[in-house]
Order: sequence, then C-alpha cells, then structure tokens
Amino acid sequence: MKTVCLYFEIHQNIHLKRYRFFDIGTDHYYYDDYENERSITETAEKSYVPALEALIDMAKKHPGYFKCAISLSGTAIELLESYAPQVLELLGELNDTGCVEFLAEPYSHGFSSLKNPDYFREEVSRLCKKVKALFGQTPKVFRNSCLVYDDEIGETVASMGFKGMLAEGAKHVLGWKSPHFVYNCCRNPKLKLLLRDHALSEDISFRFNDSSWSEYPLFADTYASWISELPEEDQVINIFMELCALGIFQPLSSNILEFMKALPKQLKQRGITFSTPSEICAKVKSSGDLVVEYPTSWVDEECDMSPWLGNQMQREACEKLYSITERVRAIRDRRLQQDFDYLQASNNLRFMSTKPSSYGGYRGIYDSPYDAFTNYMNILGDFTARVNNLYPDMDNEEINALTTTIANMERELELKDKELQKLRATLARQNGTALQPEAEPAKPKAAPKKAKPATKKATTAAKPKKAATAKAKKPQGKAKAATAKA
Amino acid sequence: MKVLMFGWEFPPHILGGLGTASYGITKGLSLQPDMDITFCLPRPWGDEDKSFMNIIGMSETPIVWRDVSYDYVKQRLEGKMAPEQYFALRDNIYADFTYRLTDDLGCIQFSGKYPDNLQDEINNYSIVAGVIARQQDFDLIHAHDWLTYPAGIHAKNVSGRPLVIHVHATDFDRSRGNVNPTVYGIEKDGMDHADCIMCVSELTRQTVINHYHQDPAKCIAMHNAVYPLSQEVQDIVKERRPFRERREKVVTFLGRITMQKGPEYFVEAAALVLKRTRNIRFCMAGSGDMMNDMIELAAARGIADRFHFPGFMKGKQVYEAFRDSDVYVMPSVSEPFGISPLEAMQCGVPSIISKQSGCAEILDKCIKTDYWDIDAMADAMYALCTNDAYHEYLADEGRKEVDQITWQKVGERIRRCYDQVINR
Repeated sequence: MKTVCLYFEIHQNIHLKRYRFFDIGTDHYYYDDYENERSITETAEKSYVPALEALIDMAKKHPGYFKCAISLSGTAIELLESYAPQVLELLGELNDTGCVEFLAEPYSHGFSSLKNPDYFREEVSRLCKKVKALFGQTPKVFRNSCLVYDDEIGETVASMGFKGMLAEGAKHVLGWKSPHFVYNCCRNPKLKLLLRDHALSEDISFRFNDSSWSEYPLFADTYASWISELPEEDQVINIFMELCALGIFQPLSSNILEFMKALPKQLKQRGITFSTPSEICAKVKSSGDLVVEYPTSWVDEECDMSPWLGNQMQREACEKLYSITERVRAIRDRRLQQDFDYLQASNNLRFMSTKPSSYGGYRGIYDSPYDAFTNYMNILGDFTARVNNLYPDMDNEEINALTTTIANMERELELKDKELQKLRATLARQNGTALQPEAEPAKPKAAPKKAKPATKKATTAAKPKKAATAKAKKPQGKAKAATAKA
Repeated sequence: MKVLMFGWEFPPHILGGLGTASYGITKGLSLQPDMDITFCLPRPWGDEDKSFMNIIGMSETPIVWRDVSYDYVKQRLEGKMAPEQYFALRDNIYADFTYRLTDDLGCIQFSGKYPDNLQDEINNYSIVAGVIARQQDFDLIHAHDWLTYPAGIHAKNVSGRPLVIHVHATDFDRSRGNVNPTVYGIEKDGMDHADCIMCVSELTRQTVINHYHQDPAKCIAMHNAVYPLSQEVQDIVKERRPFRERREKVVTFLGRITMQKGPEYFVEAAALVLKRTRNIRFCMAGSGDMMNDMIELAAARGIADRFHFPGFMKGKQVYEAFRDSDVYVMPSVSEPFGISPLEAMQCGVPSIISKQSGCAEILDKCIKTDYWDIDAMADAMYALCTNDAYHEYLADEGRKEVDQITWQKVGERIRRCYDQVINR
C-alpha cells in the first residue's frame, strides 16, 4: 500500500540592511527592520495563514487520515513571534488536531552541518527545545537547511539520536534507484532516509501555475492518479516543499489551496494513505544503504550546493563566517550569538549566486551578487572585529585547542559518571539493603552538577590549558572520593 | 558588398574612443570575404593599417581642377594615395570651388582633429565627400559620428544609395542635457536622412528615439566590442605582481576629465575610502577642462597625498596604467558605450562602472552603481581592495566575459543590418 508523506518547511531569514564599510566599527545593528516586518507580514497574509487554515480544514475533514509534517527555522519562529503571532496560533491549532509532526532543523538555517559538527549539534538542540516549548513535541526526525545531506551529516545526525532524516532524491545520487523507498545512511544504518520526489513535489511548488507546462491546469484527480499509477512496489511518496509554495510561489488566485483540499479525498478513493515521517521510519524497512559523498540539496536541477557555494565569493564568505565559530561558542554572549545565527542563514549566501537560476533569482535589497557580497562582508567584518575584540591577544588555534580540551574533559566526565552509576548499581545490588538506594540517588546527581559550573568557568574565562584542566579535574577527584566513601 | 565609410579618426592617431571603435567595426566587417570597404578620413598620416580596406584621404582629394603632371602627383602623395586614384577623383569634380582655399593639388587641408573652426571642417568634409561619392562605386554608405553625417547625406543624395549612420555619442551625453543647437541640428538632420541608425547602446538608442524623435524601427542597438590584446600588451600586463602581494592598492580613473565622465564622484568616493584606510592610492589619468577643479577638490578633501594626476596617457601607457591598477572605475554620468572598462577587464582589472553607461548593458562580471551613489562606489572600491577572493573572482570572470565580446560578432550583426537595408 502506498503512502504519501507531506512536509512543509517554514523559513524566513532576517534581512540585512544596507551596511557600508564606513559603518564598520561604529554601527553594530545589521538588520533591516522595515523589510523584515514587511516580508513576514506579506508572507503570512498571502501564504502561511490561508495555507495553514486549509491544512486545519483538511485535518478536520479527514480526522485520523490526513497527516503532514512541518518544520520551522529558529529565525522564522522569532520573526513570527514578533510580527505574525497569528501564524503560531494556527500552528498550535493544527497541532491540536494531532495530524502534524514537527521536525528538527538547525536553528539558524545555515550550513554548520558542513563546517562545524559541534556547533551544529548545539544549534539543533536549541531548536528542539524551542519546538518543545511551543508545541510540546520533541522532534524525532531531522531535516537539514535546504535539505542538505551527505554521509558525514547523516552520521552526525544519527549520533544525535534521530530516527530519520529527510533528503533530496537527487538523480545523480540515486541513479537507477527510486526515491519511493526508504533508505538508510551508509555509515549508520539506524538512520533512515526519506527522499523527496523531485518531480511530484515541484509539480505543485513550481509548475502548478505555469500555463506553458504541458500538464497545466493540474487537478487533484490527475495528480492522485499519477501517484496510484506508480509501480506496486513503490511504497513511500515524499512530497516536500516550502510552505510559501502555497500562496507565494503559486499565488492563491491559481486555486492551489482548492487543489490541496481536494487531494485527500482523491487519494483516499485510490487507497493511498498519509503518514508522518516518524511513522514511516517506524513502519517501513530500509531497502539499503545510500552513499552520498558530496552534499545534495533540494534546489535547482543539479540538487547540489551550487546556489550557495557555487562561486568563489560565496565560498569565501562561508569560510570567513565559520572560521570564528569556536570563538562565538566560547564567548557565550547572547547578542553575539544572535547575530551569528542571523548571519548564517543560507539566504545570505544565495543572494551572492551568479548562477543563472531556474527560479527567478530573488535578491532582496541587492541589485547584483557583488552588491550582496560587499554588503555581507562589511557586516561580517564588523562582527568578526567584535568577536575578536573580546579576546584580542588569543589566536584561533589557541582557542580551538582549549575548546577541544574542554570538550574532551566533558566527555571524560560523562564517561566517569556513567561508570560511577554502574558501580553504584552493582554495590546496591550486592548490599541489597533498602536504606542505601534511598540515600544513593542524591549523590550521583550532585556530582555532575558540581562538574558543570567548573567547566563553564573554564570556558568563559578561557584561561591557559593547565588551569582549565586543573579545575576540571577537581570535581573528578570529588566524584572518586564519593565512590570510595560509598 | 561595397561600403563607403566616413570617419574622423583612425588608429594609431586617435583622440578618443571613436577611432578605436571605427577600427574595430571595419576590421570586424572585413573578416567577411565579400566585404569591400573604402574608409574616408580627413587626414591620414600614412601609417594606418591598410591591409583590410582602402583609405581615401580627404586632404588628398581634389575639389579644384589643377593641371599637374603624373610624376609631380606621385612625388607629392608618396605613401598616401596612388596618382591613378588622384586623377580618377579629379575627373569627378562637380562644381567650381576656386573660391575655397586649396593647395597646389586643388585639395583642402584638414587638421583631422577637433579645432575651433570645426564647423568649417565639417562643411569642407562634406564638399570633398561629393567628389568621392561620384567617383567611387558602392552599395551602401556608413557614416561614423555627427561630424560625418553631412558628408553621408551628400553621398546619399549623389548616389541614391542607402545611408547607415553610426551614433557613437550624442550631444546630450557630452553636455549633460544643455545641447548646442548647431550640433543638435546636424545630428538631427543626419538621423532624419538615414535609412538605419546604429546606436552603440540601448541607452543611446533611447536618447535618439526620445530626443531626436526617430522611428524606433530604424534604430538598432549595436554594442561595441574589444580587440584581443596584442602580444606586446600582454607582455606588459604579465609584469603585474599578484594581487595578494601588493601591499598598496591602486584605484584608477582613466578618461577625459570632463563633466560627462563624472570625475568629481570619483574624488568624493576616494575621500570616503581614505577616511577608513590608508593603503590605497587613487590615480586620475587623463586631461580635460575639469582637471584643475579636481586637483583643487582633492586638496580640499585632504587626500592629495594619496590622489595622483599623471596626465594624458596614450598607447602603451594606458596598459601600463592598467597593469599597475587593482580597480578600474568609470563613474560616467552619461556614457554612450565606454570601451575602457572592457580594456581594463581584459587586463584582469575588476571594474566599477556607472549604470548610466552603455557597456553596463552587456557586462555582468563587474560592479555597477549609480554615478551619484558615492557610498556604493566607495563600498565597492573598499571591498575589491581588501578582499582577495572577491578580487580574484571578478578579475578572472571579467576577463573571461570580455574575451567573448569580439568585433567579429559585431561585424556579423552589422552585416545583417546592411543586408536588410539594401533589400528593403
């Protein structure tokens, strides 16, 4: 039996303002508030609100049958919170119908997955917390910014405990294989991969309103019959798109929402079901490894990184940005952290693309890729200076060395804690008395608590190696003492 | 196909972009095997490249019948014109011009430059053109720039052949809108009589349509191109030190220092850049009526120590300037085409050009700003001087892009227009 997995992505970047090089060092506010408000309200009005209302409508008409998945980037959540809270309310309403699964993604909608796995983990867990607070769901399935995936990212994501991940069904990766099966990451078979059906997704998101398209006008019954006519073995049809496809890429006047509303009924008649990504991960077995050596994405015909890292300027900007990741992490300054999030958004890099793009090539306030690059580099110049000024006499290598030692110590501590607990458990079993287990649980909790502030101090102060190690060692000593006492 | 061309300048003796463009167009056209071009110049120097066309000098064309011997003519016109050609032209004198000042061969002497009595030279040029048009056999007339329009009209009236005029600039570009009525009159007359108007850019085409009230159907945008660098020039450019190793960066303006070229915007932008950094030098090469004002302005902004005026440059000097530059800027207020950024990009110098210039229509791998937007211009200069990867990208991509813009392609497009005009 076939099942359709519908997924919508909600992302809006924070627009950067016109920032000249003579502003460097004098102006530390980089954002175009007017444009941010204008674009998010416009998108909410034209797309998010009507589209979410339609989804709620569909969920209520087909309770238990219609399902979909949604993910939000951190910047989008922030924008929606400040300018369009009604969208978050609608998302909550949709969540209450029980038909929607929220997925995890990097907070900034950037490419930390390619550049700095540690930062990437941190970012994702930040978004998970935010989603949990907003909708009460802990995401189990992950989708990367712009659906970027390669083996290494898969490995990292698997190690974070996600069951599945969305990726692009890129032709050059799949070859003769079909995207209508579930695959798994070749480095960790526990991570299942759901691959987007490029053609069926873009039929809706890009071609729906194109009167020169041979299938125009597209109706829900035709679309449903395409899916039902697929070979019997094809089990999973993944239709992923941005939520603004409904209303912005395809204007409301094209009756895109009517099409969407008619879809569940048509699919039901043909015996096709809807599933959320985690349901698919739980139910469907993987049909094999998928090897992806070079990152793939869901943009353009090539489905690679070329829209963001296609030219020298983009690579330079990306390189320069992520070269200060460790410093930003070490500083733990909220304002700097926020700026870093906003600067990472993939859109900033896309504005610098010199590729003759198949989809228009929207450039925001910039009139050319060069303009976008200079503006971004000016801002990045100021940001880097602010970050470096906090520890002017330290070079990057030193900081990197320190952060790795700290990370290693933390890992070691974790291991020791686990060991401690194990030992305690065996002790308790051996003693078998009722009194001790009551007293015990307080102690193992106390040990890591003590350890944490110490490491924090070490990172914030970032004193030379020895001091850090010495401080980190102390709680260990205490923990050992505790074990000895026990 | 035989084409009679009227021009004013021709390399190697050039005063502006017109000569370069005339050379490119004729050379590009001459690559077509059945193309036969006769180029009329006010005053050839004798060292022009005649390998791909005939040159007729207006200064050697008689308009008054003088009884001179073959040997005398041969000795007088050595290297400039064959005596047979002289006598053939002499047979076509069509009116009595004895009241005009002529020399021993019955010819008018032209300066070949832009003298104060330009009006007279244009008139004389047109008189001489009448003789040539009667003697020569051709299918089409092609007149370059307004100085030669009257000659083109004359030739058209005499021969009945179609007239194509090439608008390299209009007086609206030169004067920022305050046109000289006499010049406007000559330009308008030429356009009214033309069967086809080739404009060097869409920008110029719009001026021709809107300010000279021409039928859009007969106006065609015919963008210029550049010639591949010669070996000699390539050797000069090769001496450049890699960008990364150059500690002091040089930003260059190269052109006539006149109102049309917007030099004051360059100075103002330079002042903004120098407020932040000191390791950039600015160079304003060329001469013109605003040069002294610019020197004063640079001094007033307090940047004279980093702002240099090396004066007029020609030939190899231009390429030496490009070799030593890291950024080329053309902030023209109104530029019909502007070949120099293309030349700079050929030498691997990234260019910043104003959106108000014609070459902006065909260039992508360069930075475009509004000529008045000194903030944007300063920002672009700063970014190019401080960011290695950005500079490298634009230098490489720019060179590749310009290499695709060739006179041969332009020649083919012109040929298609010729065919249409003749078969109309």
